[in-house]
Amino acid sequence: MKTAVIVFPGSNCDRDMAVALERVTGKAPAMVWHRETELPDGVDFIALPGGFSYGDYLRSGAMAARSPILRAVSDAAGRGVPVLGVCNGFQVLTEAQLLPGALMRNAGLNFVCRTVPLTVENSQSLFTAAYGAGESINIPVAHHDGNYFADTATLDRIEGEGRVAFRYADHVNGSARNIAGVLNDAGNVLGMMPHPERAIDRAHGGTDGLRLFEAALGVLA
Amino acid sequence: MKVNVYVTLKPGVLDPQGKAIHHALEGLGFGGVADVRAGRFIELDVADGTSDADLDAMCAKLLANTVIENYRIERP
Repeated sequence: MKTAVIVFPGSNCDRDMAVALERVTGKAPAMVWHRETELPDGVDFIALPGGFSYGDYLRSGAMAARSPILRAVSDAAGRGVPVLGVCNGFQVLTEAQLLPGALMRNAGLNFVCRTVPLTVENSQSLFTAAYGAGESINIPVAHHDGNYFADTATLDRIEGEGRVAFRYADHVNGSARNIAGVLNDAGNVLGMMPHPERAIDRAHGGTDGLRLFEAALGVLA
Repeated sequence: MKVNVYVTLKPGVLDPQGKAIHHALEGLGFGGVADVRAGRFIELDVADGTSDADLDAMCAKLLANTVIENYRIERP
């Protein structure tokens, strides 16, 4: 299992993501700098980490979505390679139009940093197959721009297609229909604001994030 | 050639920053403000003769996120 973490200037969860991937695969991921134009040969899983790429200039994720490596990520996603975008990575995926919608400033204008309960809405995807349908899991969030927006037609479509992977159990940031994580139409790209990589060790307060990596990386017990 | 680009939130998209500015104006005693919408102003210095199509593409591909924003290009 060959994994890669894309690193942008301003990424700050790239090492946490690397720890999570190595924990599950037993092998350190390739850390791929945003200026690269190609991914390592035979990469099986790509993660876009959280952080503040390019200082959130213009819009969160906007500059990163136009960086050279994103073309390779987009091509890989098109070939069916699983791509996970967490927090800023989710923002990058929407800005790159690999996922529908946009992430706006939190409705309360506050940076929200706490562990929140999520409901698993789709337990059939390659990322969520280790969870039960409707299961409640606790995953930390830490973001300022996590307010998911899409027009009503888009929201109805992604709901109808089972592409809402996770929903906040409570109001967290003003997201439309409390959407916390969204899949692409093929189901191999997941963007989510909560940080599963911060919930893989009991010492961190919970391990509910671990099963996402175990499912996606094909190492289910 | 200076070109002005105005990026604004689409009607119907909630604008928490505009709301906060509105409240702050009211707090300063300015009544009679019905609504505030915050946007972004971008000044481009481009080669003379840059086409409308190129300017439009710059806006659509980067300067605005057309999922949530409209843009208006003002040439001299």
